[in-house]
Amino acid sequence: MPEEPLEKEQETEEIEAPPASAEAPARMLSIGVSPHIRDKDTTTGIMGWVILALLPVTVYGIYMGGLSAFIVVLMSIVGAVATEAGIQRLRHMPVTILDLSAVLTGLLLGLTLPPKLPFWIPLLGGAVAIALGKQIFGGLGHNIFNPALVGRAVIFVSYSKYMTTSYLATPKAPLITSQSIKAINSVTGATPLAAQGLVRKGELTISASRYYKPLLFGNPWGCIGEVSAVLILVGLAVLLYKGLVDWRIPVCYVGTVVILSWILGMDPLFAALAGGLLIGACFMATDYVTNPMTAWGKVIFAVGCGVMTTILRFYSNLPEGVMFAILFMNGLTPLIDRYVRPVPYGVRALRRMEAEAEKLGDAA
Amino acid sequence: MGLTDNIKRALFTRGGVHPPANKLAASVKISDGPNPERVLIPLTQHVGSPCEPLVEKGEKVLVGQKIGDSEAYISAPVHASVSGEVASIAKFTHPSGRDALAVEIISDLEDTPAEGIAPAPDPLGMEPGDIRARVREGGIVGMGGAAFPTHVKLNPPSDKRIELLIVNGAECEPYLSADYRLMVERAQDVLHGARIISRAVGAERIVVAIEQTSPAAISAMRDAAGSGGEEVFTLPAVFPQGAEKTLIKTITGRDVPSGKLPMDVGALVDNVGTCAAVSELFLTGMPLVKRIVTVAGDGVTGRGNLRVKVGTLVRDVIDHCGGLEGGLGQVILGGPMTGLSQYTLDVPVTKATGGIVVLSKESIISEEPGHFTCIRCGRCVRHCPMNLMPYLLGSYSDAGMWEELESVYINDCVECGCCAYICPTKNPLVQLIKVGKEGYSRRKRKMETLKKDKEEKSLEESNA
Ligand code: SF4
Ligand code: SF4
Repeated sequence: MPEEPLEKEQETEEIEAPPASAEAPARMLSIGVSPHIRDKDTTTGIMGWVILALLPVTVYGIYMGGLSAFIVVLMSIVGAVATEAGIQRLRHMPVTILDLSAVLTGLLLGLTLPPKLPFWIPLLGGAVAIALGKQIFGGLGHNIFNPALVGRAVIFVSYSKYMTTSYLATPKAPLITSQSIKAINSVTGATPLAAQGLVRKGELTISASRYYKPLLFGNPWGCIGEVSAVLILVGLAVLLYKGLVDWRIPVCYVGTVVILSWILGMDPLFAALAGGLLIGACFMATDYVTNPMTAWGKVIFAVGCGVMTTILRFYSNLPEGVMFAILFMNGLTPLIDRYVRPVPYGVRALRRMEAEAEKLGDAA
Repeated sequence: MGLTDNIKRALFTRGGVHPPANKLAASVKISDGPNPERVLIPLTQHVGSPCEPLVEKGEKVLVGQKIGDSEAYISAPVHASVSGEVASIAKFTHPSGRDALAVEIISDLEDTPAEGIAPAPDPLGMEPGDIRARVREGGIVGMGGAAFPTHVKLNPPSDKRIELLIVNGAECEPYLSADYRLMVERAQDVLHGARIISRAVGAERIVVAIEQTSPAAISAMRDAAGSGGEEVFTLPAVFPQGAEKTLIKTITGRDVPSGKLPMDVGALVDNVGTCAAVSELFLTGMPLVKRIVTVAGDGVTGRGNLRVKVGTLVRDVIDHCGGLEGGLGQVILGGPMTGLSQYTLDVPVTKATGGIVVLSKESIISEEPGHFTCIRCGRCVRHCPMNLMPYLLGSYSDAGMWEELESVYINDCVECGCCAYICPTKNPLVQLIKVGKEGYSRRKRKMETLKKDKEEKSLEESNA
């Protein structure tokens, strides 16, 4: 045996093995191209972690929204998964619902819907998300737009009446006294963003800071996933810790909105917390398939999302701009990827070297 | 490294991966390998032209006797690693997977050295030209795995000045520990070899680069250097820190221009194994006939860092370590990130074989998809040490779009394997890149011949 105990270093205790022969049908050794080891993260694993990161906000959202919220989330997942399986069946492709990506799409869609929707709307939304948002492009990795947002956009346009009126009236949030919510409600009777719009027009006076606490801990005016900013940030922390998303996207997106809103005269913290910005910036804009590949590409994408969101919030009659902002930037992603590319190692150095050689040649 | 450094690294740096180190044999002293009855010495163990055999079937050879050489400049002679009789000169399986000419020697087990093997009296006083000649005759090649003939590296063109010799002690491949043991046990030899090399190229500065995860090697080399002026540079532990270009960037902050050599930035990189081999050559006169090989992995019973005679069959080395464990798995020559997996154990250890890593059936990767599936997660882009876009390399190659491959700098890829390692869908990116390089250069050649034909034709026409 080759082992010999050595100095003071961490010694290994090895049992002398009897020399056995390596006799074996040699051709049975397995071969492959390097690398011969792989990281343990898989597509399924990543999707699983994102779902896990969404779990706190999902659970709390369902707690606040009650049974109907549960049905909304469940139905959008069912719609997405069933459609994925059905289309793959029809096209004689391997059915990949076990990779959890359709589950995640359904869950994300469900979280962006109001809790009191009738059950068939999320079901339809999930189906549309997968069919028009993903499979039509050729499945996972090929779609241009975030599937969950495609699904949401379609039902938002088709059933806007439902989409704007199916919110809760008062929350069950333990940290929020329903009195304070009622107080705000009685003044505005509208979503915080809409109310602040009225404030800007001078038709209303209500301080944005009165919304902080409900937005952070228990927000009744929003979609299921907008229920608590704190829990979304918990989810983001999980993703960042696992290295699954690039910090640049949420930071630049929210940062841009905060700065622009502040310039335009909105309370910056309120701008960050209200509406679907946080869930959009942390979970929608960070969708792998539909944002740029490079660090700078991601920055451009995120700042673009921020600018679009602010524009839509301030200058359109839409209640919220996050969805269309992200979809718009999704559309620009192929272009960003085409023009924002990393400079490979040594290419700049080569150009410099050639330039120097030319100068020398000129001088000579 | 401070906390802020770590945060900076986490937020901004890109390139490289952190595979589990699995340095199973790092604490095992270097010891002698098997004494084989039969060796197969390939005539190509280096980058460059193959050697011509200098011996015939039936001829008696002695240890250190030159048995193959070439007229070509980029080549290195090969020597007998045992004494005995030449049984045949024929094609045998080569670690590269192809069959190649090798000299088969049946050993008399006596290890009688050849005549004329004598130490060089004062290597540090020798002329650079003499050092190079001796290094060439000693058959020394880069021992880090690339196996580029060392005498060629020691002879830069006159317009290139080499100021810095980097002694590469970054053994970033998992499992391998041969270089680490060398530095711990034979620090003086490594430095001696480095000094000889730096004399040959006139480098004023010697930097020994070691990963921060090998404190024992760092202190051994520091002690050995003493007041000699050699610096020890602590590297971050990331794969592929030992790759030449990455190493130069970390130490000097400069990029080696694309398609150029380290000497273009005034640097020369030599592996610690190469330095030790040079030192041994000058101290004993014995050419490169043995090298240190790490044997490790969960598919082999024992483990160790063995001094193995070049040409020993992998089968004999594994038997020496107690044999395969748990049936047949995968046998990799080199490290698991860039090494070559073998379909038979009857391949010889060559000058370039730094490790024999044996993975059991259970630890072999099995989840490669049948076709290129990319979820655009961007990990490959983030982790490529060369700042490439591996997913584009992979998808263009997969689609056979050879002409597009230039625009994504395929020839700058060093095939380190980081992209394939980190890819969540387990795309075989390195394989695709190899195929792509092949396809790209074939197409380029074809275009060039086409162009030439056209030119000739138009020339003929204008002549007519
Ligand atoms: S194998 Fe090539 S493309 Fe992949 S990470 Fe290494 S250098 Fe980059
Ligand atoms: S790591 Fe794999 S899945 Fe991710 S972008 Fe690269 S090739 Fe695509």
